[in-house]
Amino acid sequence: MNSLPWILLFLPFVVTVVCQLVLRKSALVPWVSTASAVATFVIACILLTPSDLTLFDGPNGSGIIARYITCKPIHWASIGNFYLDIGIQLDKLSTGMMVVVTGVGALVHVFSLAYMEHDDAKARYFTGLAFFMFSMTGIVLASNFIMTFIFWELVGFSSYLLIGHWYQKESAADAAKKAFLCNRVGDFGFMIGILMLWGITGTLTFAEMAVPAEVSIGTLSAVMLCIFCGAVGKSAQLPLHVWLPDAMEGPTPVSALIHAATMVAAGVYMLFRVQLSLPLVNFHELQASTVIAWTGGLTALVAALMATQQDDIKRVLAYSTLSQLGYMVMAVGFVAGEAGMFHLFTHAWFKALLFLGAGAVIHACHHEQDIWNMGGLLKKMPVTGIAFAAGCLALIAFPGTSGFFSKELILDAAHESGSPLFWVAAFVAVLTPFYMTRLFVVAFLGKHRSDSAGHAREVGPLMWVPLALLAILSIFSGYAFINQCSPALPEHAGEFHFNTVAAVSLGALVLGVLAGWVLYAGKDKDPVRIPLLRNRFYIDAFYDKRLVRYFQDTLAAIVHFFDEFLINGLLVGGLSRTAASAGNLLRRVQSGSLQGYAFALGVGVIFVIYFTVFQ
Amino acid sequence: MLALLVFLPLAAFMAILLGAPARLTAIGVAVVNLALGLYAACTWRCACWSFSQPVLEKPALHLAFGFPDGMSVIMVLLTVIVTLAAVLSGTCPAGREKLYFGSSLLISGGALGAFAATDLFFFYAFHELALIPTFLMIGMLGRGDRRAAAWKITIYLGLGSIILLGGLVWLANLTGTYDMGKMVLGHAHTIDPAAQKAIAALLLVGFGTLASLFPFHSWAAPAYASAPAPVAMLHAGVLKKFGLYGLLRLAIPLVPHGLQVWLDPLLILLLGNVLWVGFITISQKRLDGMLGNSSVMHMGYIFLAIAALIAFPANPLAQPAAIILMFAHGVSIALLFGLADRIERSTGTLDLSDMGGLANSAPKLAFLFGIAAMAAIGLPGLANFSGEILVFLAAFWSYNGLAGLGPVQIACIFSLWGVVISAVYMLRAYRNIFQGPSVTTTESAADITFAERIPAVLLVLALVAVGLYPNLLLNLLKFVP
Repeated sequence: MNSLPWILLFLPFVVTVVCQLVLRKSALVPWVSTASAVATFVIACILLTPSDLTLFDGPNGSGIIARYITCKPIHWASIGNFYLDIGIQLDKLSTGMMVVVTGVGALVHVFSLAYMEHDDAKARYFTGLAFFMFSMTGIVLASNFIMTFIFWELVGFSSYLLIGHWYQKESAADAAKKAFLCNRVGDFGFMIGILMLWGITGTLTFAEMAVPAEVSIGTLSAVMLCIFCGAVGKSAQLPLHVWLPDAMEGPTPVSALIHAATMVAAGVYMLFRVQLSLPLVNFHELQASTVIAWTGGLTALVAALMATQQDDIKRVLAYSTLSQLGYMVMAVGFVAGEAGMFHLFTHAWFKALLFLGAGAVIHACHHEQDIWNMGGLLKKMPVTGIAFAAGCLALIAFPGTSGFFSKELILDAAHESGSPLFWVAAFVAVLTPFYMTRLFVVAFLGKHRSDSAGHAREVGPLMWVPLALLAILSIFSGYAFINQCSPALPEHAGEFHFNTVAAVSLGALVLGVLAGWVLYAGKDKDPVRIPLLRNRFYIDAFYDKRLVRYFQDTLAAIVHFFDEFLINGLLVGGLSRTAASAGNLLRRVQSGSLQGYAFALGVGVIFVIYFTVFQ
Repeated sequence: MLALLVFLPLAAFMAILLGAPARLTAIGVAVVNLALGLYAACTWRCACWSFSQPVLEKPALHLAFGFPDGMSVIMVLLTVIVTLAAVLSGTCPAGREKLYFGSSLLISGGALGAFAATDLFFFYAFHELALIPTFLMIGMLGRGDRRAAAWKITIYLGLGSIILLGGLVWLANLTGTYDMGKMVLGHAHTIDPAAQKAIAALLLVGFGTLASLFPFHSWAAPAYASAPAPVAMLHAGVLKKFGLYGLLRLAIPLVPHGLQVWLDPLLILLLGNVLWVGFITISQKRLDGMLGNSSVMHMGYIFLAIAALIAFPANPLAQPAAIILMFAHGVSIALLFGLADRIERSTGTLDLSDMGGLANSAPKLAFLFGIAAMAAIGLPGLANFSGEILVFLAAFWSYNGLAGLGPVQIACIFSLWGVVISAVYMLRAYRNIFQGPSVTTTESAADITFAERIPAVLLVLALVAVGLYPNLLLNLLKFVP
């Protein structure tokens, strides 16, 4: 058996352990971690061509995962004939996804070498990145649901570590905690879903899953909804989206890798994996699919609206990530997971590019993040500016770029379903070019509006080379020749037919860009102020002030009060009053001290035993 | 050999009373016992480990120890690991070395005796033996409101023990033997249902009180908050598991039908542990109170495994799940109490609102406490997750999607919310203590020294080993004699 997949999985883990325990704060850590990321990318590319692996037809042999291979699993926990395994399933979906994860991962590592050069704790940072690569690889390669869950949690943990990298800052520490907790809330439902699906199918292994015909549609729908909860947490869908914008407190390359390209996409990946593993279930029939589609569609809309009024360059991108994730989730809800995965694939490149570009800008502007304090950066940083522009074009689905093809497929799916969500998606397609035009015009064109932007200079090659590579991928990764690497593709991906959908999306693009240009070109401050959108629909405030402070803490306080009053006051109080009076009696006889009491208890117990047992 | 393991701490206790150097003797014995315990884990099936010495002829009573199955081995292993960590942690008030280290050894010896005993009388008596120094240490060397805490734990556990005693004596009378092995083998299905029902109630309340089952839990948090570090570690980590061990060892095989009658009440009570006490834990303002309550809360999961076993006796996952989680919880809570004590020595406070940014001045302490906190939250790769996931799977063992969810599954779903609750309070505590900017209490706090790290690292190793490869323990449970 080929050992490459195991190396792919465990190399980053070994590197993490070595970095943490052996190398510690040595200057080698960044290089070792980066080397490991590049090595895993090479392995992922080798695994793409399955010539040296014996592929065989699976029992679920249909569609994308018709051919897969599973590596002989390690029994992680075994009880009798029951095993919890660490196994690897290689198929088009997982190998393609691995290319995205390791590809973006390797570039982000390289970029970080320069970006984090002067950070005091860069050893910790790179160790964290390596651990993230391990966890993410685990999710992608997982052959069973428990393994997915294990790595799902570990990914959440590494994200917690990296968001809280600058834990001395109150905001970073709070953001890390918030991210972890939102994920946990989602995992609550996810675990229920896994347990129920295990009960129904009798197995945890993806390749062996089959739903008995007697199981009702309602039950299956409930299971899918529970599993979807996990994706809601991890992919930051409404109403658990609040952690993702706050997660921007982490270093910018982390945002590019974890909070744009890979981890947040894991929810989409997992949902599609479940759909593929249950080929006999008609997902169109399930109410859950409708709920998933609407959750995705509404997230796309709400996030895009919020993005139009953000001033922090990273927050604009964060909300745009939410919005794009909403698109992918919507596609899964329409049972067009291929379209969702295609968008995941293209989005990973261009969103990583945009974030790294933002990172380069922030680096050059001495940690200035407010776009209204930037301006004129295209002239000062031409490579970064052009690369950023390429990312923008892909994101707004400019014809010919990768984002255009993938978004087109999602809109197609929405149109085919006949759902009103198509128009929601189309409106989002207006908003996306609008806010991206605003961002680009304000930050990169015009004149500089602060000294830090005035002194900005082009970044070094360690930073611009990844940007350039990503820019190339952002433009071209939608074409057919690169489909080989993509996780899962519908047959007509990368082709273009002019139809209603295309007309609507082109119209939306023109409308959005024009509106953005007219409103923002040459402006020095934001002409539009919509408090509702600036304050993110007051959802965060509602959670913090109402749900957490009033509801949860008040509930906790009430429970505490009742505990004191009922259990301690009445029950125990009664007991201890009795015992205390008995103690008073004893006090006259004995010393009355606690030692005496304890001694008497011990002796008394033995006497009781003696008298009841031996007499 | 097993008798050596049990009597070594007791002999050392006598030696300390007679004037042996207290700390050295305690550490020496703990190290020897750890070695013996690990050796026992490798060779426990050898007959050389059993020991029997007749004490009385009528009724036939033996001072007998043995490993009837892997469960005892794992509990002994837990005890020896936590004992070494406990005697290495904490600082003894000057002049009280005899009491401090002697009591720790006595608790350890009592727990070892109870887990290794195969005779009902000594099973009970050794646990009582361990309780007495617990009470004394809290009352004499505790912090804060130590008298009240000591009273409360004494009364509670005293009453619980007496109720338990009633049940055990009844069992002994019905089966006519004190040999626990013979009891289970000979009388597994012979006890009539009415008696089973009553005995099951006595055992549930008795063992339940000792294991802080809701609503008999309120002794635990104040006692642990007030107890000196080694006592909190040994009691919360080891001795409290006696109640759960007893249920698994005696109640499940002997009175299964009786327990089934009480299944629904038990499910409600364990949800009380997970949710009610969980919310109380959230509202705690001090680290020690929070840890004490969290240790009560996590008992709910072990009771869930026991409930799953009661509901479906053929369930193969439930008992291993309970045992793994008992081990994991014992190690992790001992680590948390040990480190909390260290935090208090660094900062002079355990009030969560008085701290912040301790990771800046004490990064190693922050790292170790982080591992402990993550273990308590149930992060995969650390032992608690291995136990919890098996508990949840055990609860869903009988679900097939055709019939609706049964009571055990519904209780499992509710208790899954506890996973969120424990993340809330643990992360909040970690955030308040270690993250953010430094404040006056933490600015110049000293980091944990190499010597102080040894017990913590020992416990972390146990957590990581079982977390990464739970089969280490599960393999011990494979063998059925």
